[in-house]
Amino acid sequence: MATELGPTPVKKPASGGTPVHHAPKGVGEDNRIASQGRWASWLLAPTIVALGVVIIYPIISAIVMSFQKDAGLDPATGLFTAGGSAGIQNYVNWLAQQCSAPGGGTVACPPGTLGGQFWSATATTFFFTIVTVTLETVLGFWMAMIMARTFRGRSLVRAAVLVPWAIPTAVTAKLWFFIFAFEGIANKLFNTTILWTGSEWPAKWAVIIADVWKTTPFMALLILAGLQMIPAEVYEAAKVDGTTAWQRFRLITLPLVKPALMVAILFRTLDALRMFDLPYILTGGANNTTTLSILVINQIRQGFNSAAALSTITFIIIFLVAFIFVRFLGANVVEQSGATGKGKK
Amino acid sequence: MTTATADASALRARQDKGRKTAQNREKWAQGRTYISAAVILIWCLAPAYWMVVTAFRDVGFTYDTSILPTHVTLDNFNTAFDTSFGNRFGQALLNSVFIGGVVTAISLLIGVFAAYALARLNFRGKFLVLGFILGASMFPGVALITPLFQLFTNIGWMGSYQALIIPNISFVLPLTVYTMTSFFREMPWELEESARVDGCTQGQAFRKVIMPLAAPAIFTTAILAFISSWNEFLIASQLSSDATQPVTVAIANFAGAQPNQIPYTAIMAAGTIVTIPLVILVLVFQRKIVAGLTAGAVK
Repeated sequence: MATELGPTPVKKPASGGTPVHHAPKGVGEDNRIASQGRWASWLLAPTIVALGVVIIYPIISAIVMSFQKDAGLDPATGLFTAGGSAGIQNYVNWLAQQCSAPGGGTVACPPGTLGGQFWSATATTFFFTIVTVTLETVLGFWMAMIMARTFRGRSLVRAAVLVPWAIPTAVTAKLWFFIFAFEGIANKLFNTTILWTGSEWPAKWAVIIADVWKTTPFMALLILAGLQMIPAEVYEAAKVDGTTAWQRFRLITLPLVKPALMVAILFRTLDALRMFDLPYILTGGANNTTTLSILVINQIRQGFNSAAALSTITFIIIFLVAFIFVRFLGANVVEQSGATGKGKK
Repeated sequence: MTTATADASALRARQDKGRKTAQNREKWAQGRTYISAAVILIWCLAPAYWMVVTAFRDVGFTYDTSILPTHVTLDNFNTAFDTSFGNRFGQALLNSVFIGGVVTAISLLIGVFAAYALARLNFRGKFLVLGFILGASMFPGVALITPLFQLFTNIGWMGSYQALIIPNISFVLPLTVYTMTSFFREMPWELEESARVDGCTQGQAFRKVIMPLAAPAIFTTAILAFISSWNEFLIASQLSSDATQPVTVAIANFAGAQPNQIPYTAIMAAGTIVTIPLVILVLVFQRKIVAGLTAGAVK
């Protein structure tokens, strides 16, 4: 994640990351860096150790587990088995949607079982991610452009956008569940009689609308932070040169806000790929709204080790998406983190 | 002569006209801004408003759709705290405060040192560490839950407070570190230099000069950390018991008198109770962010 890619036209304020040292470079400099290095390792040690315990250990543990057979009744003999090495069988089972057959070996999972839902859950996860992040980017950009203008009541708007962000997702899910209830306000308002959580597309849109409502403010605030780094003189100069508003947006705003925007999109994409709370509470994963995270959770009680394989696959998918963003789309996370990390939930 | 005057007046007329259209355009742009701002306000606040209105509405009129509060009652708040249907909302509130408090305290205590090092010191591998911490904050919770579920089952920690606190640290700590790092970068570090010139060690300079200045930043970070722990649902929904569940789980599982009847008004009341302190905190924290970045800046 630390790779720096692409030019960053907007420089952060001069106080950047480098400490202010007025001492002339000389004999002391090497010693200073060495002693700072020692200091740094002492100061960082608690964080690294803590993250090692709560993140690295579980990842390694999950990978080890994913190569083990699930303990349970052996379908062939009817006896309890303790597991043992499974090789890559757990992964193959998920990817090929195979379930173990009563007579040994595997067969295609019958519809309705968890094993048969991998690809549909993956498709649902990506569908949610693409639709919500696109909507949130467009809406968030628009909101940020409005909030960047000067008008009376601007601080009220900036405070109001924080309200959806501050409401816990579990509460958001229940709130929209009530709004989308059959006799709820959504149907009354639009004079419809849709069973929102009762069939596939309404259920999907219910999740998308609730998610967009909740997370657009976060996007808007990150983009606003980027917009505010563009000096007003640039726009003044462009106006003098007789550009249209659209030209100014396309040729000034967009390229200059791009670094902040890319990071905002990256944050939201990774967040959307692990979406769990909203669909789990709003629709219970019914009607094809099961995301990969929900599938893992449902699998845990049926077998740790296959669940571990699935969670590892999920992790790899998210990691790959992050890698593509950083490597090919030039999302410079580390450079931008100072400017954009403030509103992260 | 006359032609020249005519030309001049024509020019003036054209300029006047130009100014007027420019003014009109400005007025129109300003009008559009207010309309857009109103749309944003309604879009953000209407659903939240609906939750609060419903929370105060008599349960017999759950589906009343009048925009203004009608059939106002406080019964729903009593129902929210009622334990006779197996809900433990009051206990859950205490659990959330406790879990959030401990997670925030631990994360700040550990994270403040790391943030200082990342913002202030030069050392090899800094970007690697920063990248690792950022990566950790994006980490999918489901990748942790399976091994932890098994581990906590084996050592008998299922449903205990520590089983909820430890996984929360995995995402609150990275958030704490990078929020504070960005705050620390913008602080007036010249003061530290002067303290060192006056004979303080680096540690003393940190304790006596930087810590008091950093207090608003740390306070803001603490609120962010607390909110993210307060909102956590995935891990808590799997690893908590009835006695230790936080509010998010309690609200998600809120049961009514009859299994088929969802007690919407009571759930909205519970949601309101959970949300109001957060919204207040956020509005305070908004101001604190600005204060944290500008307070005591020595230019």
